[in-house]
Amino acid sequence: MNDKKREDVELLSISSGEASQPFDWSVGKHGSYFLQQLRDNKKIVGIKCPGCQRVYVPPRPVCGHCFKGLTLDDIIPVSDEGTIYVCTIVQFGFVDPSTGIQRPVPYTWAFVKLDGADTCLTHFLDSTDAEKVKVGARVKAVFEEKRTGNLMDIKHFAVL
Amino acid sequence: MSKIAIVGVGQTTCTRSKIDTFEEMVFEAASKALADAGAEIGDIDNVVTVSNDFWDGRTISSMAVQEAAGSWGKDVSTVEGDGTFGALYGMMRILSGSFDTTLVVSHMKGSESIMNLITNAMFDPIYQRGMGIDATSAAALQARSYMTMSGATEEDFARVSVKNHGNAKNNPYAQLPMKITVGDVMASRKIAEPLKLLDCSPIGDGAAAVVLSNKKGLKRFRKEPVWIKGVAHCSDSFTLGYRDLAKSRALKEAAQKAYKMAGIKKPLKDLDVAELYDAYSYMELMWYEGLGFAPEGKGYELIRENATGMKGELPVNPSGGVVSSHPVFVAGMVRLIEATLQVRGEAGKRQVKGAKTALAHGINGPCGQAHCVYVVGA
Repeated sequence: MNDKKREDVELLSISSGEASQPFDWSVGKHGSYFLQQLRDNKKIVGIKCPGCQRVYVPPRPVCGHCFKGLTLDDIIPVSDEGTIYVCTIVQFGFVDPSTGIQRPVPYTWAFVKLDGADTCLTHFLDSTDAEKVKVGARVKAVFEEKRTGNLMDIKHFAVL
Repeated sequence: MSKIAIVGVGQTTCTRSKIDTFEEMVFEAASKALADAGAEIGDIDNVVTVSNDFWDGRTISSMAVQEAAGSWGKDVSTVEGDGTFGALYGMMRILSGSFDTTLVVSHMKGSESIMNLITNAMFDPIYQRGMGIDATSAAALQARSYMTMSGATEEDFARVSVKNHGNAKNNPYAQLPMKITVGDVMASRKIAEPLKLLDCSPIGDGAAAVVLSNKKGLKRFRKEPVWIKGVAHCSDSFTLGYRDLAKSRALKEAAQKAYKMAGIKKPLKDLDVAELYDAYSYMELMWYEGLGFAPEGKGYELIRENATGMKGELPVNPSGGVVSSHPVFVAGMVRLIEATLQVRGEAGKRQVKGAKTALAHGINGPCGQAHCVYVVGA
Protein backbone atom coordinates (compact mmCIF):
# COMPACT_ATOMS: atom_id res chain seq x y z
CA MET A 1 0.00 0.00 0.00
CA ASN A 2 1.48 3.35 -0.92
CA ASP A 3 1.39 6.37 1.35
CA LYS A 4 -1.30 8.09 -0.65
CA LYS A 5 -3.76 5.25 0.01
CA ARG A 6 -2.78 5.13 3.65
CA GLU A 7 -3.75 8.76 4.04
CA ASP A 8 -7.11 8.08 2.42
CA VAL A 9 -8.11 5.37 4.91
CA GLU A 10 -10.70 6.63 7.31
CA LEU A 11 -11.03 4.19 10.21
CA LEU A 12 -14.67 3.13 10.62
CA SER A 13 -16.58 1.28 13.29
CA ILE A 14 -19.95 -0.45 13.46
CA SER A 15 -22.25 0.18 16.40
CA SER A 16 -24.35 -2.57 17.93
CA GLY A 17 -27.16 0.00 17.87
CA GLU A 18 -30.23 -0.29 20.07
CA ALA A 19 -30.10 -4.09 20.15
CA SER A 20 -31.22 -5.61 23.43
CA GLN A 21 -31.27 -9.17 24.67
CA PRO A 22 -33.97 -9.73 27.28
CA PHE A 23 -33.88 -12.83 29.49
CA ASP A 24 -36.48 -14.33 31.82
CA TRP A 25 -34.51 -16.40 34.30
CA SER A 26 -36.42 -18.95 36.33
CA VAL A 27 -35.84 -18.44 40.04
CA GLY A 28 -36.85 -22.04 40.79
CA LYS A 29 -39.00 -23.28 43.65
CA HIS A 30 -36.48 -22.52 46.38
CA GLY A 31 -35.74 -19.02 45.18
CA SER A 32 -39.43 -18.30 44.62
CA TYR A 33 -40.25 -19.26 48.21
CA PHE A 34 -37.45 -17.00 49.46
CA LEU A 35 -38.68 -14.02 47.43
CA GLN A 36 -42.31 -14.64 48.37
CA GLN A 37 -41.37 -14.56 52.05
CA LEU A 38 -39.59 -11.23 51.53
CA ARG A 39 -42.52 -9.81 49.61
CA ASP A 40 -45.44 -11.11 51.68
CA ASN A 41 -44.07 -11.45 55.22
CA LYS A 42 -40.88 -9.38 55.39
CA LYS A 43 -39.16 -12.59 56.50
CA ILE A 44 -35.81 -14.00 55.41
CA VAL A 45 -35.42 -17.74 55.00
CA GLY A 46 -32.48 -20.06 54.39
CA ILE A 47 -32.08 -23.77 53.75
CA LYS A 48 -30.35 -26.23 56.07
CA CYS A 49 -28.50 -29.18 54.60
CA PRO A 50 -29.45 -32.28 56.62
CA GLY A 51 -25.97 -33.66 55.83
CA CYS A 52 -23.49 -30.98 56.89
CA GLN A 53 -26.00 -28.73 58.74
CA ARG A 54 -24.87 -25.70 56.73
CA VAL A 55 -27.53 -23.01 56.35
CA TYR A 56 -27.55 -21.30 52.96
CA VAL A 57 -29.16 -17.88 52.42
CA PRO A 58 -30.79 -17.56 49.92
CA PRO A 59 -31.96 -21.19 49.85
CA ARG A 60 -30.59 -23.28 46.98
CA PRO A 61 -31.56 -26.71 45.62
CA VAL A 62 -28.18 -28.43 46.03
CA CYS A 63 -25.59 -28.56 48.80
CA GLY A 64 -22.30 -28.49 46.93
CA HIS A 65 -20.34 -29.74 49.94
CA CYS A 66 -22.39 -32.91 50.23
CA PHE A 67 -23.61 -33.15 46.59
CA LYS A 68 -27.05 -33.54 48.11
CA GLY A 69 -30.39 -32.28 46.84
CA LEU A 70 -32.28 -29.99 49.23
CA THR A 71 -36.07 -29.84 49.35
CA LEU A 72 -38.49 -27.11 50.35
CA ASP A 73 -38.87 -28.99 53.66
CA ASP A 74 -35.27 -28.08 54.45
CA ILE A 75 -36.10 -24.36 54.40
CA ILE A 76 -35.87 -22.65 57.80
CA PRO A 77 -36.29 -19.07 58.97
CA VAL A 78 -33.21 -16.98 59.72
CA SER A 79 -32.92 -13.61 61.44
CA ASP A 80 -33.27 -10.26 59.70
CA GLU A 81 -30.31 -9.13 61.78
CA GLY A 82 -26.71 -10.08 61.28
CA THR A 83 -23.07 -9.08 61.15
CA ILE A 84 -21.01 -7.43 58.45
CA TYR A 85 -18.64 -10.11 57.15
CA VAL A 86 -16.96 -7.68 54.78
CA CYS A 87 -17.93 -4.38 53.17
CA THR A 88 -16.77 -1.61 50.88
CA ILE A 89 -17.68 2.01 50.30
CA VAL A 90 -17.90 2.40 46.55
CA GLN A 91 -16.72 5.69 45.09
CA PHE A 92 -17.50 5.20 41.41
CA GLY A 93 -20.81 5.24 39.61
CA PHE A 94 -22.43 2.13 38.21
CA VAL A 95 -25.64 1.98 36.24
CA ASP A 96 -27.69 -1.07 37.25
CA PRO A 97 -28.18 -2.93 33.96
CA SER A 98 -31.55 -4.29 35.16
CA THR A 99 -33.09 -0.95 36.07
CA GLY A 100 -30.98 1.65 34.29
CA ILE A 101 -30.72 3.49 37.61
CA GLN A 102 -27.39 4.78 38.85
CA ARG A 103 -26.85 4.58 42.60
CA PRO A 104 -25.81 7.82 44.31
CA VAL A 105 -22.05 7.87 44.83
CA PRO A 106 -20.67 6.99 47.30
CA TYR A 107 -22.60 3.94 48.48
CA THR A 108 -21.78 0.94 50.59
CA TRP A 109 -22.35 -2.68 49.99
CA ALA A 110 -21.57 -5.62 52.17
CA PHE A 111 -21.65 -9.34 52.70
CA VAL A 112 -23.98 -9.76 55.64
CA LYS A 113 -23.95 -12.97 57.66
CA LEU A 114 -27.45 -13.17 59.09
CA ASP A 115 -27.90 -14.77 62.49
CA GLY A 116 -28.61 -18.43 61.87
CA ALA A 117 -26.94 -18.52 58.43
CA ASP A 118 -23.58 -19.92 57.36
CA THR A 119 -23.39 -17.97 54.13
CA CYS A 120 -23.43 -14.25 53.43
CA LEU A 121 -26.11 -12.23 51.69
CA THR A 122 -24.92 -9.44 49.42
CA HIS A 123 -26.72 -6.14 49.96
CA PHE A 124 -26.43 -2.37 50.40
CA LEU A 125 -25.89 -0.62 53.72
CA ASP A 126 -27.60 2.62 54.77
CA SER A 127 -24.39 4.34 55.80
CA THR A 128 -21.24 5.59 54.09
CA ASP A 129 -19.63 6.56 57.37
CA ALA A 130 -16.30 4.71 57.48
CA GLU A 131 -16.39 4.87 61.25
CA LYS A 132 -19.66 2.90 61.41
CA VAL A 133 -19.30 0.64 58.39
CA LYS A 134 -16.88 -1.96 59.70
CA VAL A 135 -16.35 -5.68 59.66
CA GLY A 136 -18.17 -7.17 62.61
CA ALA A 137 -20.72 -4.31 62.92
CA ARG A 138 -24.33 -5.33 63.55
CA VAL A 139 -26.95 -4.64 60.86
CA LYS A 140 -30.71 -5.09 60.40
CA ALA A 141 -32.76 -5.44 57.24
CA VAL A 142 -34.98 -2.50 56.29
CA PHE A 143 -37.84 -3.51 54.00
CA GLU A 144 -39.44 -1.45 51.25
CA GLU A 145 -43.05 -0.40 51.76
CA LYS A 146 -44.00 -1.64 48.29
CA ARG A 147 -42.54 -5.08 47.64
CA THR A 148 -42.52 -6.98 44.35
CA GLY A 149 -40.77 -10.31 45.04
CA ASN A 150 -37.22 -9.19 44.42
CA LEU A 151 -34.07 -9.01 46.54
CA MET A 152 -34.54 -5.23 46.49
CA ASP A 153 -37.65 -5.73 48.63
CA ILE A 154 -34.96 -5.35 51.27
CA LYS A 155 -34.20 -1.66 50.79
CA HIS A 156 -30.86 -1.97 52.56
CA PHE A 157 -29.35 -3.08 55.84
CA ALA A 158 -29.21 -0.42 58.55
CA VAL A 159 -26.05 -0.28 60.60
CA LEU A 160 -27.14 -0.55 64.25
CA MET B 1 -5.54 -45.32 21.86
CA SER B 2 -6.49 -46.90 25.18
CA LYS B 3 -10.16 -47.69 25.50
CA ILE B 4 -12.68 -45.38 27.11
CA ALA B 5 -16.07 -46.61 28.29
CA ILE B 6 -19.41 -44.95 28.95
CA VAL B 7 -20.47 -46.31 32.35
CA GLY B 8 -23.34 -44.02 33.32
CA VAL B 9 -25.94 -41.93 31.51
CA GLY B 10 -28.68 -39.58 32.69
CA GLN B 11 -31.12 -37.18 31.05
CA THR B 12 -34.03 -35.00 32.06
CA THR B 13 -37.15 -34.78 29.95
CA CYS B 14 -37.01 -32.10 27.28
CA THR B 15 -39.87 -29.62 27.60
CA ARG B 16 -40.78 -26.23 26.20
CA SER B 17 -40.19 -24.51 29.51
CA LYS B 18 -39.06 -25.77 32.89
CA ILE B 19 -39.37 -23.97 36.20
CA ASP B 20 -36.17 -25.78 37.25
CA THR B 21 -33.01 -23.69 37.31
CA PHE B 22 -29.83 -24.73 35.46
CA GLU B 23 -28.66 -26.07 38.79
CA GLU B 24 -31.69 -28.28 39.39
CA MET B 25 -31.66 -29.67 35.86
CA VAL B 26 -27.95 -30.51 35.94
CA PHE B 27 -28.27 -32.03 39.42
CA GLU B 28 -31.05 -34.27 38.15
CA ALA B 29 -29.05 -35.40 35.12
CA ALA B 30 -25.78 -35.85 37.03
CA SER B 31 -27.47 -37.75 39.85
CA LYS B 32 -29.20 -40.03 37.35
CA ALA B 33 -25.91 -40.70 35.52
CA LEU B 34 -24.12 -41.53 38.78
CA ALA B 35 -26.96 -43.76 39.96
CA ASP B 36 -26.97 -45.47 36.57
CA ALA B 37 -23.24 -46.15 36.93
CA GLY B 38 -23.72 -47.39 40.48
CA ALA B 39 -21.35 -44.68 41.63
CA GLU B 40 -21.11 -41.69 43.89
CA ILE B 41 -19.62 -38.27 43.27
CA GLY B 42 -16.43 -39.36 45.05
CA ASP B 43 -15.81 -41.85 42.24
CA ILE B 44 -15.43 -38.96 39.80
CA ASP B 45 -11.92 -37.60 39.22
CA ASN B 46 -12.79 -34.54 37.15
CA VAL B 47 -15.78 -32.75 35.67
CA VAL B 48 -16.49 -31.19 32.29
CA THR B 49 -19.49 -28.89 31.95
CA VAL B 50 -21.09 -27.83 28.67
CA SER B 51 -22.72 -24.43 28.47
CA ASN B 52 -22.81 -21.19 26.54
CA ASP B 53 -22.74 -17.73 28.05
CA PHE B 54 -25.00 -16.16 25.43
CA TRP B 55 -27.72 -18.76 25.86
CA ASP B 56 -27.49 -18.60 29.65
CA GLY B 57 -27.37 -14.82 29.79
CA ARG B 58 -24.37 -14.78 32.12
CA THR B 59 -20.63 -14.98 31.72
CA ILE B 60 -18.73 -18.01 33.04
CA SER B 61 -22.08 -19.76 32.80
CA SER B 62 -20.45 -23.01 33.89
CA MET B 63 -20.33 -21.70 37.45
CA ALA B 64 -24.13 -21.73 37.66
CA VAL B 65 -23.87 -25.52 37.76
CA GLN B 66 -20.75 -26.01 39.86
CA GLU B 67 -22.53 -27.55 42.84
CA ALA B 68 -24.95 -29.47 40.69
CA ALA B 69 -22.13 -31.04 38.70
CA GLY B 70 -20.39 -32.06 41.91
CA SER B 71 -17.31 -30.15 40.82
CA TRP B 72 -16.71 -28.17 43.98
CA GLY B 73 -13.18 -29.10 45.01
CA LYS B 74 -12.51 -30.96 41.79
CA ASP B 75 -10.77 -30.18 38.53
CA VAL B 76 -13.49 -28.70 36.31
CA SER B 77 -13.44 -27.14 32.87
CA THR B 78 -15.98 -26.25 30.26
CA VAL B 79 -16.76 -26.83 26.61
CA GLU B 80 -18.81 -24.13 24.95
CA GLY B 81 -20.39 -26.21 22.25
CA ASP B 82 -22.38 -29.36 21.65
CA GLY B 83 -22.39 -32.12 24.27
CA THR B 84 -20.73 -34.59 21.92
CA PHE B 85 -17.69 -32.29 21.92
CA GLY B 86 -17.94 -32.03 25.71
CA ALA B 87 -17.85 -35.81 26.01
CA LEU B 88 -14.92 -35.92 23.60
CA TYR B 89 -13.03 -33.46 25.79
CA GLY B 90 -13.96 -35.48 28.88
CA MET B 91 -12.48 -38.49 27.15
CA MET B 92 -9.31 -36.59 26.24
CA ARG B 93 -8.84 -35.62 29.87
CA ILE B 94 -8.75 -39.30 30.79
CA LEU B 95 -6.44 -40.07 27.86
CA SER B 96 -4.09 -37.32 29.05
CA GLY B 97 -3.23 -39.67 31.91
CA SER B 98 -4.31 -37.25 34.62
CA PHE B 99 -7.65 -38.88 35.46
CA ASP B 100 -9.37 -42.26 35.34
CA THR B 101 -12.96 -41.00 35.34
CA THR B 102 -14.87 -37.95 34.07
CA LEU B 103 -18.41 -36.69 34.62
CA VAL B 104 -19.65 -34.60 31.69
CA VAL B 105 -22.82 -32.53 32.12
CA SER B 106 -24.71 -30.25 29.75
CA HIS B 107 -27.70 -27.98 30.14
CA MET B 108 -29.92 -25.66 28.12
CA LYS B 109 -32.85 -23.43 28.85
CA GLY B 110 -33.96 -22.22 25.47
CA SER B 111 -37.13 -20.93 27.14
CA GLU B 112 -35.39 -18.03 28.84
CA SER B 113 -34.26 -16.04 25.82
CA ILE B 114 -35.07 -15.38 22.21
CA MET B 115 -33.53 -18.02 19.94
CA ASN B 116 -33.37 -15.77 16.89
CA LEU B 117 -31.42 -13.09 18.72
CA ILE B 118 -29.05 -15.58 20.33
CA THR B 119 -28.29 -17.40 17.11
CA ASN B 120 -28.07 -14.11 15.21
CA ALA B 121 -25.24 -13.25 17.58
CA MET B 122 -23.18 -16.24 16.42
CA PHE B 123 -22.66 -14.52 13.09
CA ASP B 124 -20.06 -11.93 12.23
CA PRO B 125 -21.21 -8.64 13.74
CA ILE B 126 -19.77 -6.46 11.00
CA TYR B 127 -20.91 -8.24 7.90
CA GLN B 128 -23.70 -10.69 8.75
CA ARG B 129 -25.66 -9.87 11.90
CA GLY B 130 -27.16 -6.75 10.44
CA MET B 131 -28.87 -8.88 7.81
CA GLY B 132 -30.89 -10.54 10.55
CA ILE B 133 -29.51 -13.98 9.71
CA ASP B 134 -30.16 -16.57 12.43
CA ALA B 135 -30.01 -20.37 12.78
CA THR B 136 -33.32 -20.89 11.01
CA SER B 137 -32.84 -18.52 8.09
CA ALA B 138 -29.34 -19.96 7.57
CA ALA B 139 -30.80 -23.48 7.65
CA ALA B 140 -33.34 -22.46 5.04
CA LEU B 141 -30.48 -21.38 2.78
CA GLN B 142 -28.81 -24.73 3.31
CA ALA B 143 -32.02 -26.69 2.69
CA ARG B 144 -32.54 -24.84 -0.60
CA SER B 145 -28.96 -25.40 -1.65
CA TYR B 146 -29.20 -29.11 -0.80
CA MET B 147 -32.45 -29.46 -2.81
CA THR B 148 -30.77 -27.86 -5.80
CA MET B 149 -27.79 -30.19 -5.61
CA SER B 150 -29.65 -33.43 -4.87
CA GLY B 151 -33.15 -33.24 -6.27
CA ALA B 152 -34.57 -33.93 -2.79
CA THR B 153 -38.03 -32.42 -2.40
CA GLU B 154 -39.88 -30.68 0.41
CA GLU B 155 -41.92 -33.88 0.75
CA ASP B 156 -38.69 -35.79 1.45
CA PHE B 157 -37.94 -33.39 4.28
CA ALA B 158 -41.49 -33.88 5.53
CA ARG B 159 -40.97 -37.66 5.58
CA VAL B 160 -38.08 -37.19 8.01
CA SER B 161 -40.29 -35.05 10.23
CA VAL B 162 -43.09 -37.65 10.15
CA LYS B 163 -40.69 -40.51 11.01
CA ASN B 164 -38.95 -38.73 13.85
CA HIS B 165 -42.00 -37.14 15.50
CA GLY B 166 -43.61 -40.59 15.30
CA ASN B 167 -40.59 -42.29 16.88
CA ALA B 168 -40.70 -39.71 19.67
CA LYS B 169 -43.96 -41.32 20.82
CA ASN B 170 -41.82 -44.19 22.14
CA ASN B 171 -39.48 -41.87 24.03
CA PRO B 172 -40.62 -40.60 27.45
CA TYR B 173 -37.96 -37.85 27.35
CA ALA B 174 -39.04 -36.33 24.01
CA GLN B 175 -40.70 -32.92 23.75
CA LEU B 176 -42.95 -33.32 20.69
CA PRO B 177 -44.20 -36.88 20.19
CA MET B 178 -46.68 -36.59 17.34
CA LYS B 179 -48.48 -38.77 14.83
CA ILE B 180 -48.42 -36.58 11.75
CA THR B 181 -48.56 -37.00 8.00
CA VAL B 182 -46.52 -35.59 5.14
CA GLY B 183 -49.58 -33.46 4.37
CA ASP B 184 -49.54 -32.02 7.91
CA VAL B 185 -45.90 -31.00 7.54
CA MET B 186 -46.50 -29.51 4.10
CA ALA B 187 -49.49 -27.54 5.39
CA SER B 188 -47.74 -26.28 8.51
CA ARG B 189 -46.88 -22.59 8.81
CA LYS B 190 -44.11 -21.34 6.53
CA ILE B 191 -41.06 -20.30 8.52
CA ALA B 192 -38.36 -19.60 5.95
CA GLU B 193 -38.87 -21.10 2.56
CA PRO B 194 -38.48 -24.08 2.01
CA LEU B 195 -38.76 -24.78 5.76
CA LYS B 196 -42.11 -25.05 7.49
CA LEU B 197 -42.90 -25.20 11.19
CA LEU B 198 -42.82 -29.00 11.39
CA ASP B 199 -39.42 -29.08 9.63
CA CYS B 200 -37.93 -27.07 12.49
CA SER B 201 -36.97 -28.35 15.92
CA PRO B 202 -38.53 -26.80 19.02
CA ILE B 203 -35.89 -25.11 21.19
CA GLY B 204 -36.50 -26.49 24.67
CA ASP B 205 -35.17 -26.99 28.19
CA GLY B 206 -33.21 -30.03 29.29
CA ALA B 207 -30.00 -31.43 30.71
CA ALA B 208 -27.92 -34.57 30.26
CA ALA B 209 -24.88 -36.23 31.78
CA VAL B 210 -22.49 -39.09 31.05
CA VAL B 211 -19.85 -40.81 33.17
CA LEU B 212 -16.70 -41.90 31.33
CA SER B 213 -13.97 -44.22 32.57
CA ASN B 214 -10.80 -45.94 31.45
CA LYS B 215 -10.18 -49.62 32.19
CA LYS B 216 -8.48 -48.83 35.49
CA GLY B 217 -11.43 -46.79 36.73
CA LEU B 218 -14.01 -49.46 35.88
CA LYS B 219 -13.82 -51.18 39.26
CA ARG B 220 -15.54 -48.14 40.80
CA PHE B 221 -18.68 -48.78 38.76
CA ARG B 222 -21.30 -51.47 38.67
CA LYS B 223 -22.61 -50.88 35.16
CA GLU B 224 -21.48 -53.00 32.23
CA PRO B 225 -19.33 -50.64 30.11
CA VAL B 226 -20.27 -49.50 26.62
CA TRP B 227 -17.04 -48.84 24.75
CA ILE B 228 -16.27 -45.88 22.53
CA LYS B 229 -14.92 -47.80 19.54
CA GLY B 230 -14.33 -44.84 17.32
CA VAL B 231 -14.65 -41.08 17.62
CA ALA B 232 -13.60 -38.13 15.48
CA HIS B 233 -14.50 -34.55 14.81
CA CYS B 234 -13.90 -32.05 12.05
CA SER B 235 -14.83 -28.44 11.45
CA ASP B 236 -15.68 -26.71 8.20
CA SER B 237 -15.41 -22.96 7.64
CA PHE B 238 -17.42 -20.79 10.03
CA THR B 239 -18.28 -18.36 7.28
CA LEU B 240 -21.27 -19.73 5.42
CA GLY B 241 -20.17 -18.00 2.27
CA TYR B 242 -16.96 -20.05 2.24
CA ARG B 243 -18.68 -23.42 2.31
CA ASP B 244 -20.45 -25.74 -0.09
CA LEU B 245 -23.65 -25.68 1.94
CA ALA B 246 -25.10 -28.71 0.15
CA LYS B 247 -22.25 -31.09 0.98
CA SER B 248 -20.83 -31.72 4.40
CA ARG B 249 -17.12 -32.10 3.94
CA ALA B 250 -16.52 -31.95 7.70
CA LEU B 251 -18.95 -34.77 8.44
CA LYS B 252 -17.43 -36.94 5.75
CA GLU B 253 -13.98 -36.41 7.25
CA ALA B 254 -15.13 -37.07 10.84
CA ALA B 255 -17.09 -40.17 9.85
CA GLN B 256 -14.24 -41.72 7.88
CA LYS B 257 -11.86 -41.26 10.81
CA ALA B 258 -14.32 -42.68 13.33
CA TYR B 259 -15.14 -45.63 11.06
CA LYS B 260 -11.46 -46.41 10.59
CA MET B 261 -10.93 -46.52 14.36
CA ALA B 262 -14.00 -48.67 14.89
CA GLY B 263 -13.40 -50.98 11.91
CA ILE B 264 -16.65 -49.96 10.18
CA LYS B 265 -16.40 -50.68 6.43
CA LYS B 266 -20.01 -50.52 5.25
CA PRO B 267 -21.80 -48.20 7.65
CA LEU B 268 -25.33 -48.99 6.46
CA LYS B 269 -24.67 -52.69 7.13
CA ASP B 270 -22.19 -52.61 9.98
CA LEU B 271 -24.16 -50.21 12.17
CA ASP B 272 -27.35 -51.36 13.91
CA VAL B 273 -28.77 -47.94 14.82
CA ALA B 274 -27.83 -44.28 14.45
CA GLU B 275 -28.79 -41.15 16.40
CA LEU B 276 -28.23 -37.98 14.36
CA TYR B 277 -28.46 -34.25 15.08
CA ASP B 278 -31.40 -33.29 12.84
CA ALA B 279 -32.02 -29.73 14.07
CA TYR B 280 -34.09 -29.31 10.89
CA SER B 281 -35.66 -32.19 8.98
CA TYR B 282 -33.55 -31.76 5.83
CA MET B 283 -30.35 -32.16 7.83
CA GLU B 284 -30.98 -35.85 8.43
CA LEU B 285 -30.84 -36.49 4.67
CA MET B 286 -27.62 -34.52 4.30
CA TRP B 287 -26.08 -36.36 7.23
CA TYR B 288 -26.98 -39.74 5.63
CA GLU B 289 -24.70 -38.69 2.80
CA GLY B 290 -21.90 -37.32 4.96
CA LEU B 291 -21.97 -40.50 7.04
CA GLY B 292 -21.81 -42.68 3.95
CA PHE B 293 -25.24 -44.27 4.45
CA ALA B 294 -26.12 -43.06 0.94
CA PRO B 295 -24.15 -41.68 -2.02
CA GLU B 296 -23.91 -37.91 -2.37
CA GLY B 297 -27.24 -36.43 -3.44
CA LYS B 298 -29.12 -39.69 -2.81
CA GLY B 299 -29.99 -39.37 0.88
CA TYR B 300 -33.67 -38.96 0.03
CA GLU B 301 -33.80 -42.51 -1.37
CA LEU B 302 -33.34 -43.95 2.14
CA ILE B 303 -36.27 -42.01 3.55
CA ARG B 304 -38.49 -42.77 0.55
CA GLU B 305 -37.73 -46.51 0.95
CA ASN B 306 -38.21 -46.27 4.73
CA ALA B 307 -34.72 -47.78 5.13
CA THR B 308 -34.15 -45.63 8.21
CA GLY B 309 -37.51 -46.35 9.85
CA MET B 310 -37.75 -48.57 12.93
CA LYS B 311 -38.11 -51.65 10.72
CA GLY B 312 -35.63 -50.52 8.08
CA GLU B 313 -32.08 -51.61 7.35
CA LEU B 314 -30.61 -48.93 9.64
CA PRO B 315 -33.06 -47.26 12.04
CA VAL B 316 -32.13 -43.60 12.42
CA ASN B 317 -33.30 -41.59 15.44
CA PRO B 318 -35.51 -44.15 17.20
CA SER B 319 -35.63 -41.54 20.00
CA GLY B 320 -37.37 -39.04 17.76
CA GLY B 321 -34.16 -37.15 17.12
CA VAL B 322 -33.53 -33.47 17.53
CA VAL B 323 -36.41 -32.31 15.34
CA SER B 324 -38.74 -33.53 18.12
CA SER B 325 -36.62 -32.30 21.10
CA HIS B 326 -33.95 -29.64 20.88
CA PRO B 327 -32.18 -28.56 24.02
CA VAL B 328 -29.26 -26.90 22.20
CA PHE B 329 -25.84 -28.31 23.27
CA VAL B 330 -27.58 -31.03 25.29
CA ALA B 331 -29.01 -32.61 22.16
CA GLY B 332 -25.72 -34.14 20.95
CA MET B 333 -25.04 -35.64 24.35
CA VAL B 334 -28.54 -37.13 24.27
CA ARG B 335 -27.63 -38.80 20.97
CA LEU B 336 -24.65 -40.42 22.70
CA ILE B 337 -26.85 -41.47 25.63
CA GLU B 338 -29.45 -42.94 23.28
CA ALA B 339 -26.75 -44.87 21.39
CA THR B 340 -25.48 -46.21 24.73
CA LEU B 341 -28.97 -47.26 25.82
CA GLN B 342 -29.49 -49.04 22.48
CA VAL B 343 -26.26 -51.04 22.84
CA ARG B 344 -27.18 -51.97 26.42
CA GLY B 345 -30.65 -53.08 25.31
CA GLU B 346 -32.16 -50.53 27.72
CA ALA B 347 -33.92 -48.25 25.22
CA GLY B 348 -37.41 -49.37 26.22
CA LYS B 349 -40.10 -49.00 23.56
CA ARG B 350 -37.63 -47.37 21.17
CA GLN B 351 -35.17 -50.28 21.38
CA VAL B 352 -33.78 -51.60 18.09
CA LYS B 353 -33.77 -55.34 18.65
CA GLY B 354 -30.31 -56.85 19.07
CA ALA B 355 -28.44 -53.55 18.54
CA LYS B 356 -24.74 -54.08 19.18
CA THR B 357 -23.09 -51.21 17.36
CA ALA B 358 -24.53 -47.70 17.40
CA LEU B 359 -23.55 -44.34 15.94
CA ALA B 360 -24.06 -40.99 17.66
CA HIS B 361 -23.57 -37.62 16.00
CA GLY B 362 -23.47 -34.01 17.12
CA ILE B 363 -23.04 -30.66 15.39
CA ASN B 364 -21.75 -27.22 16.30
CA GLY B 365 -21.98 -23.87 14.59
CA PRO B 366 -24.28 -22.63 11.84
CA CYS B 367 -25.63 -25.23 9.40
CA GLY B 368 -23.58 -28.06 10.85
CA GLN B 369 -20.21 -26.33 10.69
CA ALA B 370 -18.46 -28.89 12.90
CA HIS B 371 -19.37 -32.53 13.37
CA CYS B 372 -18.51 -35.10 16.00
CA VAL B 373 -19.10 -38.79 15.29
CA TYR B 374 -19.04 -41.68 17.77
CA VAL B 375 -19.27 -45.41 17.19
CA VAL B 376 -20.10 -47.26 20.40
CA GLY B 377 -20.45 -50.95 21.13
CA ALA B 378 -20.54 -53.53 23.90
